[in-house]
Amino acid sequence: MAGTGASDRRPLSPHLQVYKPMLSMMMSIIHRVTGAALYFGTFLLVWWLVAAAAGPEYFDFVNGLYGSWFGRIILFGYTWALLHHMIGGIRHFIWDTGRGFELETVEWMSKAAPVASVALTVAVWIIAYIVR
Amino acid sequence: MSMQTPLNKVRGLGSAKSGTEHWWLQRVTGIANLVLVVFFIFLIISLVGKGHGEVSATLGNPLVAIAMLALILSVTWHMCLGMQVIVEDYVQAEGWKIAILLANKFFCAAMAIAAIFAILNLSFGA
Repeated sequence: MAGTGASDRRPLSPHLQVYKPMLSMMMSIIHRVTGAALYFGTFLLVWWLVAAAAGPEYFDFVNGLYGSWFGRIILFGYTWALLHHMIGGIRHFIWDTGRGFELETVEWMSKAAPVASVALTVAVWIIAYIVR
Repeated sequence: MSMQTPLNKVRGLGSAKSGTEHWWLQRVTGIANLVLVVFFIFLIISLVGKGHGEVSATLGNPLVAIAMLALILSVTWHMCLGMQVIVEDYVQAEGWKIAILLANKFFCAAMAIAAIFAILNLSFGA
């Protein structure tokens, strides 16, 4: 396929640039972007687990990093990416059953998803600060 | 005209060499993630601000450890499948594609093994 040769210069089908940006399209892109972010974010969870197993000293070091203002910004973003990807996933499950393909429904879900993810993220952090 | 029966055609899976397993496993792990991540969020909320003693005791609790093991397996599997699709979509050079697909598998395996080791270590004691 790819490599060198005439097959490399095959014409490509029109891609993103020829389409007018739409909300449902942006949500699809964000679903993929949050998925990719969570992929690397998994390292933060694994590092934290390994730190807990390594002992108090190393755990305090990692905990200190996560608790710093910079760490909290990263973890806030992680929380949002996780919740947004989760809500996007639920949307996909609804579509997998063959439901929710009407334009109004797609538009409604596309608008509700970011609102719900931001609201849930803020709620999780408020609860975490209260019970701390 | 083909002499193959329809069933045999399906079993042969054609030139793609695979069927819907990838798509289906993405859904299976996705459903598992949905449940396990909700548990995980509550777990993290309960552990915010706690020191090493309390965190390691909670993570070492058998029920928590089992749920965390399930979470790690489901999440690393799900992210491996997801990243594979992203790479297959955007990386066109065949050599790079194979190299990055391999790196994807190794990264996900490393994450899973390290996390499982840590959880078992906290459960059974060092």
